[in-house]
Parts: sequence; structure tokens; C-alpha cells
Amino acid sequence: MRLRTPLGNARGLGSAHEGTEVFWTQRLTSIASIPLTFFLVGSCLYLIGADYEAARAFISSVFAAPALILVVIVFVWHMCIGMEEILVDYVHSPALKFAGLIFNIFFSVFLGLTGVYAILKLSFGA
Amino acid sequence: MAGTRSPTERPLSPHLEIYRLTFTFLMSGFHRVTGFVLYFGMAIPVAWLLAAAAGPEWFDFVNGLIGTFLGRLVLFGYSWGLIHHMLGGVRHLIWDTGRGLDLVSIEVFARATIIGSAALTAALWLAAYALGGL
Repeated sequence: MRLRTPLGNARGLGSAHEGTEVFWTQRLTSIASIPLTFFLVGSCLYLIGADYEAARAFISSVFAAPALILVVIVFVWHMCIGMEEILVDYVHSPALKFAGLIFNIFFSVFLGLTGVYAILKLSFGA
Repeated sequence: MAGTRSPTERPLSPHLEIYRLTFTFLMSGFHRVTGFVLYFGMAIPVAWLLAAAAGPEWFDFVNGLIGTFLGRLVLFGYSWGLIHHMLGGVRHLIWDTGRGLDLVSIEVFARATIIGSAALTAALWLAAYALGGL
């Protein structure tokens, strides 16, 4: 049986060297989001008044499709980290907090997967 | 850790409402609020992509929704939030390098984010209407 407190156990062990991973990922995705935002906004301007065939041709083009997939993945990743930060900052009730954290992952994965699927279907599907 | 009490009650930092509302404080809050709203706003581009993948009927339906007054208002808010959050993010990236943390710079940054986002959003929507489709 150990009589030491959790703090006593941790003391002297030094850094885990893993604490900055989320911080780093949020910076990485934020930098990537800058050109991707310009691409997304530019695409919207380009597609103003476009009919279905024109929109479909654009989304499935070899230039737009990979960039759009990046938009979905990078934005969703970034927003998932951001919402987790908001939840742990403001939601103190454990039940609500974990419900929120679970919803956050589900919602993010759902949006990410759906968006990428839609682009791939337009690119490769019938 | 849950369930364990530290032997001494440590002091908590004072919360938001005791501070004077400054412009930098407001823009800091705005960055988080826009991030929160954009989180749900991400459903818009994904819904549009999915509608395109689902076929012409769905595509026209979703485009029709976006084309209504309310739809355009939502899209306007989304675009403003996106641009504002991007500029606010650039500000944070500059701070990450250790630069621009003096009192003059933070005021300049705070004003530049809101003025910049308003100007860019206005320019974007003027361009959109000039291009004619909306």
C-alpha cells in the first residue's frame, strides 16, 4: 500500500513532454486555415450563379477536390480542439462536461466524414 | 483529480465580470465567440457539399434555402465570423512569436481585427453582388 499523495508521486519526475501537442496542432491547423479560407471564399465567389453541372464539375475537378477535402479536414480538426477548450473552460459539472466532450467528437467526426465523402462521391461516383 | 481534496483551499482567479470592459477584452471574447459560432456554421459548407453529392434536386433545394433573405443573412454572418476569426488568429500567431505584446500593439491589433474583418466582409459581399448571381 502506498501512502504517498498523487502530488508526491508526480514530484521530481519532470515534464511528461507531451503537454504541448494540442497547442501545436491548433497552431498548425490555424496556419493551414489561412490559405484554405481564401480558397473557400474564392470558390464561393466563383460559383455564384453556377448551376448544378457547373458546381459539380468544379467540386470534382483535380484542382478543387483535394483543396476542398483539406478545407473540411483542417477546419473540423481545428474546431474540435477549440470546442474542447471552451467546454473544459466553462462547463464544470462532470456529467455535462463529458456529454459535451462526447458530442464534440461525434459532431466533428460526422461533419468531417460527411464532407469528405460528398467530395469523393462527386469525384469518383457515378 | 476528481474526489481528492487538496489539504489547502487554493485561491481561484477572479472571473470575467469584475474586470473593466476594454476593447482588447472585447476582441478576445469575440475571437472565442466567433470560433463557437463557426463550429456550428461548418454545417453549412458540409450541407452544401452533401446536397451537391445527393443530386440536382437536393442541390437546388439547399441553394434555394441559402438564397432566401434569412439564408443570406446567415451566410453573411458566417462569412464575417470566418474572416474575423482568421484575422484574430493571425494576431494570435504573431503573439506566439513573442512579438506585439506591448500595450500599443495590442490596441492596434484589436482595432485592426474588427475594422479589417468589417472591411473585408463588406468588400466580399459587394463583389458577390457585383458578380450578379445573388
